[in-house]
Amino acid sequence: MEPTFLQTFLNVDIMKEVGPYILNGLLTTLKLSALVIPLGLASGLLLALLGFVANNRLVRALLVVYIDFFRAFPPLVLLMFIYTGFPYLGIELTALQAVALGFMLNNSSYFGEIFRAGLESVPHGQFEAARSTGLSAWQTLVHIAIPQAVRNVAPDLVSNMIEVVKLTTIASVVALPEMLYAARTAQSMLYNPTPIVFAAGVYLALLWPFVILLGRLEKRQRLRMGASF
Amino acid sequence: MDIDRLIFTFFNAEVAKQYLPQVLEGAWVTILLGLAVIGAGLAGGLLLAFLRSFRIRALNFFIVGFVDIMRALPPLVLIILFYYALPSIGLSLSAFAATWLALALVLAAFSEEIFWAGIASLPYGQVEASRSTGMSHTQTMIYIVLPQACKMMIAPLTNRVIATVKGTAYGSVAALNEILNQATSATSFAGNPTPLTLGAIGYLLIFIPVVVAGRMVEKRYGNARKRV
Repeated sequence: MEPTFLQTFLNVDIMKEVGPYILNGLLTTLKLSALVIPLGLASGLLLALLGFVANNRLVRALLVVYIDFFRAFPPLVLLMFIYTGFPYLGIELTALQAVALGFMLNNSSYFGEIFRAGLESVPHGQFEAARSTGLSAWQTLVHIAIPQAVRNVAPDLVSNMIEVVKLTTIASVVALPEMLYAARTAQSMLYNPTPIVFAAGVYLALLWPFVILLGRLEKRQRLRMGASF
Repeated sequence: MDIDRLIFTFFNAEVAKQYLPQVLEGAWVTILLGLAVIGAGLAGGLLLAFLRSFRIRALNFFIVGFVDIMRALPPLVLIILFYYALPSIGLSLSAFAATWLALALVLAAFSEEIFWAGIASLPYGQVEASRSTGMSHTQTMIYIVLPQACKMMIAPLTNRVIATVKGTAYGSVAALNEILNQATSATSFAGNPTPLTLGAIGYLLIFIPVVVAGRMVEKRYGNARKRV
């Protein structure tokens, strides 16, 4: 008998069977995100601060080159380059190490660019006022500039974090057992696409609330800038 | 580290000469796919934003739903869904078609949001004023709203186009013979990762001009930088 649409795409028996396996993959996806997002945020902020504090044109130019280089480099290509290229030099990296390194290079450039825009959006008078109250340059950055910068680019930060979680799917290409990898393995073992549909549903359930939050943040920013709706 | 070994490994002239044609073949596929994605994605996004501007509640419910879903799903998952799952119901897409469709849908969703934000950025009085001169809604959009909104949209659109077109590399997962796929298979043939270097250089040659152009556009038309 021909299987029906539901038996093919949303087979309940198969879902029950592979559910725990895929949720295990979800756990890896979450752990991986919890590793690479803070790493990207920290290194991006560091780069932005370096460019902001440095009065040196060379340093700033090098930062722009670094950021543009990794914005032009597709992350999957970067990951393959690290994972399959480095061993030829005798540098063996595990899948997790390769993913962490690739994500850090890619994310530091994206988050760096966002933080740079944020820092530049803080009016200069804020710095002068803060310094004149007796705050040190460092205190001015930490207590005055960075909080305002983060507020001004909050939608961009949230948007990029969502992108990073979605990007963890590329780890499946180097056999890191995150959710997409688990789903693809299950699919090829069972000759049925239900596991992939299931995983897509989990990604949707995981990220949709954040997409809605992002929509609200973007709208609020738009209205603050004088948009009509 | 030994510099000779580094050059022999990643910048091997002999290997490069042998596998350059194969990587170039991949570059063609990448460029064609990229252009097809940009064309369909931007047209789709503009159409959706235009339809949304009529503010028909039931229709907008579906548009917003589509956009949110496409913004929440990883593009690689979509490609795999289209390429590996659709054949189970007799809908076989080629690797090219599956990658194109997935990326075009994603770009349509993201660009719809950008077009919509641009349309919304104008004071509503402009729409009312042009409607009261006798222009239709469509004429108002084409002659009044979109030209003014263009300035706001161009920087985020450039960034989003770059981000989406970089996703053409995902096609390699569906065995599409684009740059990355050609480079990795050549690497395992040659036993030397120089083809991967060639592939990386290929991507950089394609994307660095776009990234730099995007930066210039952004400087001129204001900020909206995201991965987007």
